[in-house]
Amino acid sequence: MRFMMFMYPEVGNQEWEPTAEAVAAMSRYNEELRKAGMLLALDGLYPPGDGGTVRFGADGATTVTDGPFSEAKEVVGGYWLIQARSKDEALEWASRCPARGCAIEVRRVQEMDDFPEDVQEAIAANESV
Amino acid sequence: MTDTTRAIEAVWRIESARLIAGLARMVGDVGLAEDMAQDALVAAMEKWPSSGVPDNPGAWLMATAKNRTIDRLRREKTYERKQEEVARDTGVLFAMERSDFEAAADDEIGDDLLALIFTCCHPLLSREARVALTLRLLGGLTTTEIASAFLASESTIAQRLVRAKKALREAKVPFEVPRGAELDERLPSVLEVIYLVFNEGYAASGGEEWVRTDLCEEALRLGRILAELAPREPEVHGLVALMEIQASRNAARRGPDGEPVLLLDQDRGRWDPLLIVRGRRALERAEALPAPLGPYGLQAAIAACHAAAIRAEDTDWIRIAALYEALTQISPSAVVELNRAVAVGMAFGPAAGLALLDEIDTAALANYHLLPSARADLLEKLGRHEEAKSEFTRAAEMTANEQERKLLLRRAGVD
Repeated sequence: MRFMMFMYPEVGNQEWEPTAEAVAAMSRYNEELRKAGMLLALDGLYPPGDGGTVRFGADGATTVTDGPFSEAKEVVGGYWLIQARSKDEALEWASRCPARGCAIEVRRVQEMDDFPEDVQEAIAANESV
Repeated sequence: MTDTTRAIEAVWRIESARLIAGLARMVGDVGLAEDMAQDALVAAMEKWPSSGVPDNPGAWLMATAKNRTIDRLRREKTYERKQEEVARDTGVLFAMERSDFEAAADDEIGDDLLALIFTCCHPLLSREARVALTLRLLGGLTTTEIASAFLASESTIAQRLVRAKKALREAKVPFEVPRGAELDERLPSVLEVIYLVFNEGYAASGGEEWVRTDLCEEALRLGRILAELAPREPEVHGLVALMEIQASRNAARRGPDGEPVLLLDQDRGRWDPLLIVRGRRALERAEALPAPLGPYGLQAAIAACHAAAIRAEDTDWIRIAALYEALTQISPSAVVELNRAVAVGMAFGPAAGLALLDEIDTAALANYHLLPSARADLLEKLGRHEEAKSEFTRAAEMTANEQERKLLLRRAGVD
């Protein structure tokens, strides 16, 4: 099973300026994940102010704006993609993150097999084009 | 199950290998170390539901394992027991009281883990015993889980584990990482075990289910751990690369009814690009080392060739045939010859492939269904349909896998 762990640093749209110690602790944690053979991928994201949003109307019409999708306080700051044997194992790994004043959301990745058959067929039909 | 019980299980999965490895370093016996670790797990199940999971559960388990062993050994009346047991226990007690696990540095923990891998995969043990012990002590799998993974009874697996631990104890196998020439000699046994676990998951040898993803993931996890612990060994990276790339095809290897889909017929859009990238990166690590690619590295390079082709018809068969040629040089076997013949057939035409196939010493492949199935394939391409049909039928009679049999019979035009 694979899980996405989304980091919400709770700094909203401001710059996230971690101390050198915090960065060192975080890279030790990432190293632990790697050594445990669990880490598949990870990335940190720039603040949402640097990004943009594409909104789709009911008719599919698009509007592009600069900045985040919503003014919510919690925005994703980065993610880990890990392999784990259960949700509890993923939660246990998340709880070992040397983080302060933030949240990590753990979500299971949907694999191809988890889709209903008709959806799988639709995907297959598309890919063979 | 309560939340705490589930949390304890998760902690156990994460910590048990390091715990057993650390204890085994102290007492020099993996069986005893496992008992001590289990003892600490029992203590955790008693305590944590009320106290909560401690901040550093690994250190808690280690300290508890140590203290409980010391208490038990001090309490036991020595005069009732055999002299050799007393001597052993005194040694254990001495080691426990002097050891300072919390002060162990990261590379020491890594060394312990590596020693545990090499001990579980000791050539003294049978292949089955090595696999069971590795899954048990390094994967933290229960006897029930191992039994269901290998379609064996629980008592068979339990006995296998007991015997393996006893054999290691009686042979006084030292708990250590082999060095120098001994390392080169023993590494293949470790890689073999990991790849066996992977293959058991990748193509179940019996039964209905074609892929058991859990076993594949466990083998990948063990391989990646080993790659972190032994980064100078090209074959370790080669094996990881091979497994990552093979696993990338998991979602494409079955049709809607669970039947196998052959590599060239697979929907490549279903191949997992992340695993392909990871596999390629592992292969690059192997190639960057001074030693040439070994058997796993070469197989990974072949798998990478397939992964690089966006459509089956884009496959670089000439390169694959050359890689198989290299493989026949360093790791000759009838199976490799067979694959080489297939690749040559694709690169230079079915007649060239069939000529090579007919040179193979078939005695070694007497019960190998892929030989008649490959011959059938080449015959079909040469328009020799009747011969192809009888070869497909022969292959169908040989395979133990129900899904595979159906596919072969369909190709024979029988069903």
